Formats: sequence, structure tokens, C-alpha cells
Amino acid sequence: MTLAPETTDLKVRLRLADGWFTACDLGALLPGRGVAALLPDGRQAALFRDRAGSLYAIDNRDPFTGAAVLSRGLTGTHRGRPFVASPLLKQRFDLATGQCLDDEEVRVATYEVKAV
Amino acid sequence: MTANPGGTPTIVLVGHGMVGQRFLEALAERGLTATHRVVVLCEEPRPAYDRVQLTSYFSGRTPEDLSMTDMEFIDGHGIELHVGDPAETVDREARTVTARSGLVVGYDILVLATGSYPFVPPVPGKDATGCFVYRTIEDLLAIEEYARKATTGAVVGGGLLGLEAAGALKGLGLTSHIVEFAPRLMPVQVDEGGGAALLRTIEDMGLSVHTGVGTQEIVVGEDGAVTGMKLSDGSELVTDLVVFSAGVRPRDQLARDCGLAVGERGGISVDEQCRTVTDPHVFAIGECALAADGRVYGLVAPGYEQAETAAATIASDEAAFTGADLSTKLKLLGVDVASFGDAHGTAEDCLDVVYSDSRAGLYKKLVIGRDGTLLGGILVGDAEAYGTLRALTGSVPPVAPESLVLPAGAGAPAQLGPSALPDDAVICSCHNVTKGTIRGAVTDHQCTTVPEVKKCTKAGTGCGSCVKVLGQLVTAELEASGVEVDKGLCGCFAQTREELYEIVLALRITSYQELLDRHGREEARGGDGCEVCKPAVGSIIASLAPSIGASGYVLEGEQAALQDTNDHFLANLQKNGSYSVVPRIPGGEIAPEKLIVIGEIARDFGLYTKITGGQRIDMFGARVEQLPLIWARLVDAGFESGHAYGKSLRTVKSCVGQTWCRYGVQDSVRMAIDLELRYRGLRSPHKLKSAVSGCARECAEAQSKDFGVIATSNGWNLYVGGNGGATPRHADLLAQDLSDAELVRLIDRFLMFYIRTADKLERTSTWLERIPGGLDHVRDVVVHDSLGICDELESLMAAHVSHYRDEWAETINDPEKLARFVSFVNAPDTPDPVVGFVPERDQMKPDLPLLTIGMRRTEEDVLEGSAQR
Ligand code: SRM
Ligand SMILES: Cc1cc2nc3c(=O)[nH]c(=O)nc-3n(C[C@H](O)[C@H](O)[C@H](O)COP(=O)(O)OP(=O)(O)OC[C@H]3O[C@@H](n4cnc5c(N)ncnc54)[C@H](O)[C@@H]3O)c2cc1C
Ligand code: SF4
Ligand code: FES
Repeated sequence: MTLAPETTDLKVRLRLADGWFTACDLGALLPGRGVAALLPDGRQAALFRDRAGSLYAIDNRDPFTGAAVLSRGLTGTHRGRPFVASPLLKQRFDLATGQCLDDEEVRVATYEVKAV
Repeated sequence: MTANPGGTPTIVLVGHGMVGQRFLEALAERGLTATHRVVVLCEEPRPAYDRVQLTSYFSGRTPEDLSMTDMEFIDGHGIELHVGDPAETVDREARTVTARSGLVVGYDILVLATGSYPFVPPVPGKDATGCFVYRTIEDLLAIEEYARKATTGAVVGGGLLGLEAAGALKGLGLTSHIVEFAPRLMPVQVDEGGGAALLRTIEDMGLSVHTGVGTQEIVVGEDGAVTGMKLSDGSELVTDLVVFSAGVRPRDQLARDCGLAVGERGGISVDEQCRTVTDPHVFAIGECALAADGRVYGLVAPGYEQAETAAATIASDEAAFTGADLSTKLKLLGVDVASFGDAHGTAEDCLDVVYSDSRAGLYKKLVIGRDGTLLGGILVGDAEAYGTLRALTGSVPPVAPESLVLPAGAGAPAQLGPSALPDDAVICSCHNVTKGTIRGAVTDHQCTTVPEVKKCTKAGTGCGSCVKVLGQLVTAELEASGVEVDKGLCGCFAQTREELYEIVLALRITSYQELLDRHGREEARGGDGCEVCKPAVGSIIASLAPSIGASGYVLEGEQAALQDTNDHFLANLQKNGSYSVVPRIPGGEIAPEKLIVIGEIARDFGLYTKITGGQRIDMFGARVEQLPLIWARLVDAGFESGHAYGKSLRTVKSCVGQTWCRYGVQDSVRMAIDLELRYRGLRSPHKLKSAVSGCARECAEAQSKDFGVIATSNGWNLYVGGNGGATPRHADLLAQDLSDAELVRLIDRFLMFYIRTADKLERTSTWLERIPGGLDHVRDVVVHDSLGICDELESLMAAHVSHYRDEWAETINDPEKLARFVSFVNAPDTPDPVVGFVPERDQMKPDLPLLTIGMRRTEEDVLEGSAQR
């Protein structure tokens, strides 16, 4: 695995079990669009930044299809809460809690995330 | 004179079924529960429930769900309800009723609403264990219990209830048979043709139907339980369970015993006020009554009307029951069946209009009088038009009757909505609610939703068949009275797509955020929008880009964040997260060199290749990081994006045409290529497809396209609004014998007018059906320039054409954009491990099991944040 060269000052970091993990430069996150990051244990996280600058990180696997694509969905605000809609079958997930808004029994993992 | 002198006058109701309950409600509405003592004797172990919906018990409705009795209503009106205590005798001299418990009640008025009982033909063995009828909740519970140890069930009787019972048996997992004495199913409601359509559909569902045979004997085993039945044709049917559904008979024994007159074939004789002809103190309503018109009605709607009539008469209001309509619409085993008015055409001199499609299980018949009056009809397989047709019965329809039954596409389908109905048309026949009453609920009673109108008028609360028309009427009425019906694009914008288009064009808004913050709904401003409006607005901005000064490149700046994933990666996302690549092959014409390039690229990247339904080649299984590499080679070989991912022009299919074909009259390939190159990249509300055929044989299937062109010896015919897909529609002819230039000009105008006025994700076919005035209006606008906007439409298209650039060529030359084409932001060279392939038929396909590995959906796992790999 080659890691991307880090070019700007602010880094996006995720909290994993054994500490903070640097995923990418803040500049790599386009507001309203996600990116996927590969974690050391092989898991994938989908990272997002909304237009207010808040950061979110959830598991990248779409629990309905198994494909690792949540980072490629469209984001939005539903009743004041940020969400991403899966690009495959369009189910929406709350970015802060991982809760699926279209099926209360489904939830994806979330990560604590900060820019430092 | 009262039965208990000095006390309040007493009304005794015998039978608490559907009609009995309605009678109580009618009493309460007229204030009679306040002035009278009301006593109800109810035979069944539970108060009134919805017998019409009985079968829904098998789809999960509980007996409580079926209940029609609100105990608050009973208690609130001081009604004395005796459940499980039937009336046994009536003494008309003393005016008392004695119940089984020994209770004796004196009455001033006695109302009999005892319903009917299922008729069981007197065949040997009819009382054996395993024989049932189908009338009460208790019957259903018993059938359900017995079916647990049965594998086969037979229903005697192929009428309405028999079919329902057979469906229920099938639902319980039994192999089901229907035995009907008449030569067809539902002999009362449908005619021969309808019976045939019904038969085919029902047999297709796996039920065995035996018509034209009678049941002669129930065969019983040693333990006294059913093992089969002997039929009149000498055959024997093996079955563990029999349900008799051979019709019903009025329950008039109580009346006979106390000397009330009954009809020859049963039913308590009443006059138009529902008063028994024998005794002015006794009324009979519902299925036990023989109405003044000489009929016993077996449907709930006439029973309700009788209940109203009796209550009104008791309150000394004028009312009369002179007969009722026998219209019914049912969903039998999932098949729509409806009959209304004079369905069998018994009126003198009447004519039939019949449409029948045996393959699709469709049968529609209208009975028309000599003067054009619609008298009745039968619909099997598609009863969509039932609500409108029933309400039009008795009048001369405003359009030709054929057009009301023909399927859309055959001839010009009439769009006759409920707005065409007169105010006195009955919309809900279960509760006899007219259009006028429904409109009144909206205008006078301020109902603003369908549930409110249902509550207020009772319309739609019976069989439910009128709910669709009800919804249309409520919306129309709300609009007419100026109440705002939310037609907004989504939760973020209160405007329609068309309104947003006008705003973007007029104010030259080039940013989604600006549009949201200035024109979005209050609560959505400043937010992040949603997945519905982002691509819709992105598309509007892209369509208008050159004219409003936005970038025409969809990955530029903020626009990139608005695109659906396909447009964002300029490729089509597949189920495992890989993408497919479709280069443009204009008109389907491709030189061997280019075919070879596609073959080489597919081979080198290990892609699956397939000829598409759109006359081009799709390469599947590309990982996101491979897309730029693939496209670098494609662009190099002269290919451009095929926009298979965009809501934009897809393909213009062609036939080989005049150049080679012995029939061709114009060069269809050249025209297809010209059109495809002209409109490529044009973002629109939905995808746009086209085709050009070289003669009327139509090998390019142009009439199934958004805009299709067919060559004539004088030029070109232009067809618009065609569609394949799930709801196919043949295109309509817009103009004839056009020159090349005229053709292009008309298409320019047509497309720009569509882009301007269509809703999001609305194909030209649905748009043409929806917009007021339809095809004629569109022709007025784009051919005759009735709105004076054609110059503008043409110049918008000219701007698009002159600013077109291939978005893949642009992307591979932009390092910043290319950086987005990676699986992982922190590991650009690492492919997504979930994307894997396995071999199939000399190529490869997605490794689907790989997608399920590690996918656990239990709450526990998720809460622990455990690995989801
Ligand atoms: C690839 C192709 C099937 C094939 O292997 O042949 C295809 C594939 C898809 N079609 Fe199609 N359609 C393809 C030809 C057609 C045709 C035939 C034609 O164009 O002549 C039709 C019927 C004609 C029509 O559209 O009127 C067709 C009617 C649809 C529809 C139904 C549209 C409708 O109005 O009802 C959808 C769904 C939609 O767009 O909402 C659809 C949607 C799709 C989608 C986008 C579904 C999806 O979201 O994954 C598929 C993705 C394309 C991809 O991954 O590349 N596809 N699709 C064909 C690509 C043609 C091309 O060269 O671009
Ligand atoms: C499965 C099924 C489906 C149906 N589907 C439709 C449909 O789609 N559309 C439609 O219009 N109709 C339908 N019907 C017919 C409809 O249910 C009847 O028309 C309606 O229930 C008649 O109401 P009623 O009150 O006259 O009789 P019932 O509802 O039968 O009520 C009569 C009540 O009186 C009681 N009773 C009888 N004798 C005595 C006594 N001596 N003392 C006390 N109580 C007594 C009975 O136990 C019964 O509870 C269907 C019927 C069934 C069984
Ligand atoms: S449509 Fe006419 S010209 Fe074209 S291939 Fe068919 S027969 Fe030939
Ligand atoms: S027609 Fe049956 S509910 Fe309206």
C-alpha cells in the first residue's frame, strides 16, 4: 500500500481502537462529496465534509448490496441532519449516527473524525 | 302507544351485522338514540365486523382489525348490546322478543337485520368432518385449524365468494380446486367472454377449475372425515376439505315463525320504506329483506341504503328504497373484476363494445344504448376505468365509448378524468356518496386530505375501489379552491422543476447553493440539499450552461458535487462497485479499426464486453482507477463519451437505409449520425433516445423513441413521445414530409421545450401525456410558434451545439479531476478488494459471493462497531 503524499497543513484523522489515524488532507474533501479511505486492518471508511465544514466518517460498505460505495453517494440534509444516499439502491444513512433512514433495523458503523 | 307505558319508546334490532351496525349509526345521526331505548340482540360471539373484508384475515388482519363496532359509540349512545344472545321468538301481539338467554324485551319498533346463511346443496355427506361454509370469522378460524392437517381443498361454487374462498385455501398452502355448476366462473357478474379471461388468469395462478359439473356426493372415510367428492361427470376429486360457497339464502325463519310475509324464494317482504308489508311495527333491512322491487340484495351497499331508509322512516323523514345498483369491483386473487349497471345487456336494442386480449387476460365490455347512453359493462383483468365508467352509467359519455376501454396506445386513448363527471355521479357506491358531496367536503368542511374526506363522507371506507378517483377529485377540488397542493420538487424546493428552470434562466443562477439559499424552502436554506434536487438542478444548469454563463463541464467546481455517482465518474456503476464504459458509436456505424481498438482495450483491461440494446458496445468491470487509463486509449483512437451514464442523449439508432437496403428511400444512417452528433451531451430531465428508419418498415424502431424519424419519399416524418421500458408508448406523429433542415429545426425546438417544461425524471412520453393540451399543444408551440418562444428555443440549442466538448477528453487532461478516480484517497494504487471477478462463458462476471462476505446486519455487530468487511 502506498500512502498519498501529504501536502496541506490540515489532516483528516479518524479515531480507531488504537488511536488516531490520518486518512488524508482536508483539501481532498470536496464539500458535498465523499472519499473512501483504506484502514490499516483492511476496513474501509467513507469520509464526508458538508458545506459548513463539519466532517463525518462512516463505514464504506453499503449494507444492502455489500459493495464498498457509500463514499460515492450524494449527500444532503434531512430535518436538519446530514445524510448520504447510497449510489446503488438509494437508501439514506445518517452521517452522524450511521442509522439508515429508510430501514430502522439497519445501521452502519461510524467513526469519530477531526481535522488537525 | 309504547311497549313499556310511561317509559321511553323502544327500538329492538335483531342481528348486529354490517347493516345492523349501519342502522345504529343512522339512528344516532338522527338523534333517535337520545329519544329511544335501543336494544340489540347479536347472535355472533362478537359485535359487528367487516364481512366484506373477511378474507383479509388470511393476509394478517386480526378479528379486532375487522371490527366495525366502536364500543365508545355503543356506550355513548346508551345502546344495550347483547352479544352472543340471538332472538328466538317474536310475539307480535304482545310486541316482545325473547332471546336465547331468556331475556324478554318489549318493542315499539322491531328491526330485523338477520342477514343470510350460506346455502349448502343437499348432497350426501355434506355434514361430514372437513365440510365448511364461508361467512363468519368463526368459519374462518375453523377452516384455518382444519387446513393444518390437509393438503388439498375444494370449493363448491365459482361465484364471487367461491373464488375468494379458493384463494384463501391456496394461501393456506392447499392445492385448490373450484367446482362450478355453471359453464363459467362468476356467472352472475360476468358474461362468457369475461368468464374465459378470468378462467385463464385463475388457472395460471395454479388453481384447478372444473366448470359445468355439479357435486353429487361428498366421499367420507372411515373416520367420518372428507376424502373426496363425486362429480356429475362421473369423476371423483380427491380432497381433504370442502368449502360450500353455493350462494346464500335470506335468514327469514324468525319472521316466518311469527307470521310475517316472506317471498316465494325467501326474504322478508318489505315496502319502499323497508317496513314489513305485514306489520307496521316491524322493519327488515339488509340481506334478509325482500325489497319492494322484488329483489333480495346480496351486497352491502344496498343494505346500507335500506338501513338509512328505515332510520329515516322511524324519524318520520321521507325516504324510500326503490332498488339499487349491483355494481361491484373486486380484486379476486389479484385479478381486477368489475361489473356495473346492465352488465349483461338485457335492455332492448342495446349494443356491445368489446375489447378482448386473451393473452393478457383482459376482457372489457361496455353496453351502450341506441342513443349512446352507457348502460353498463364488465371489466376483467384491468378495472382501472371502473370508477369513472360506473359514475357515467346512465349518461352519454363525452367521448367515444371505445376509447374508454381500449388500452393506451391503441387508437387515441381517452384521458377522461373524474373532472368530466357531473356532480350527481355516484363516486363511492358502497356508501352512495356523490361527487358533489366529496367536493362539498373540501369546500364546505375544509377537508384537505383524502383521509379527512373519507372520515367526513364515509366515501372510500367500504370496498376501497373508489379511493383512486376520490384522490383525484380531492386534489382537483383543492386546486380549484386555491388551496396549495405541494407540488414542490422535494423537501428543499417548493417550486416544480419547470419553475426552477425559469428561475435559473431568468436570473442566470449558476450555483446550486445560491439557488437553495435564495429560492429554497425556508427550512432548507443554508443546508446541504438532498439527493433529489441536487442532480435535478445540476441538470438544469448543465442544459443552460452556455446561455447563463456556467461551465458546460459537469465536473467543474460545485457542479461535481451535484452529479449522481454515474455522472461523477462519467461511467455506469455496477452492482459490485465496478463501472461500465460505453463509447459513443454514432448511429451504430463503426469502422473495423475502431472495433479492433475496443476489442484490444477490453482484452488488455480484462473487461466483459456486450453489444447493448442501443447499437453500441459496453465494456463492464472497470475499477474506478482504471477509467482514466481506458479513456486515454479510447480518446486517442477518436472515441468520445457515450453518456450512457447521463440523463442526456443516449443513442440515435439507425437502420442501414437507402444506401444498401432495397426498400430504403432516404439515407437513414447519415441522418442518425447527424442527429446523434448534434444532440450529444445535451443534459435533460431524463434520458433521450432516438432512431431513424429508412422506410416505413421501421427496422430502427423509431416509433418507440423520444424522437423518432421515419423516411418518406418526400423527406422525413417526425414522431415524438415514444418509449420502450416498462410502460411502452408508441410515438405520435408531430409533422410530415420534412426536409433535413426542417426536421432538425423542429427537433431543436421540441427538445428545448421538453427540457424547459418537464418534471425531473419525466420521459417525453409521460410529459406529453401530462402537459395540458398534450400533443396538440406541443404542436402549436413548436410547429406554429403559438407562444412566440421558438427563436429562443432554437438559440438555446444553437448555444449547446456550439459549446459541446467531450467530457472524457477534458477529464483526462485535468490532473486535479483525475485525482478523484481512485478507490482510496490514502492509497491511490490499491484497488477496492470487494471488486472481484470469476470466469463465465469465456469472459468474466462479478464475484457476487465476495459481496456478502463479512456482511452482517445484526444490530449487535453494528453497535459494537465491529468490522464490516
Ligand atoms: C447497457 C444496456 C443493456 C444492454 O446490455 O443492452 C442498458 C442498461 C441499463 N439500463 Fe437500459 N440499457 C440499455 C438499453 C435500453 C433500451 C433499448 C434502447 O435504448 O433501444 C431501453 C428501452 C428503450 C427506452 O428507454 O425507451 C432501456 C430502458 C431502460 C429503462 C426504462 C426507461 C423507461 O422510460 O421506462 C431504464 C430505467 C430508467 O432509466 O429509469 C433503464 C436503465 C438502465 C440502467 C441505467 C440501469 C441501472 O441504473 O443500472 C442500466 C445501466 C447501463 C450500464 O450500466 O451501462 N433502461 N434500456 C443498454 C444500453 C444501451 C446503450 O447503448 O446506451
Ligand atoms: C367473504 C365475503 C365477502 C363479501 N364481499 C362482498 C363485497 O365485496 N361487496 C359487497 O357488497 N358485499 C360482499 N359480501 C356480502 C356482505 O358481507 C353482505 O351483503 C353484508 O354483510 C350484509 O349485511 P347484513 O347485516 O344484512 O348481514 P350480516 O352481515 O350477515 O349480518 C347479519 C347478522 O345477524 C345475525 N343474526 C341472524 N339471525 C339472528 C337472530 N335471530 N338473532 C340475532 N342475530 C341474528 C347473524 O349472526 C349476523 O351476525 C361478502 C360476504 C362474504 C361472506
Ligand atoms: S427500415 Fe426500411 S430501409 Fe431500413 S432496413 Fe428496414 S426495410 Fe430497409
Ligand atoms: S365504492 Fe366501495 S368504498 Fe367506495
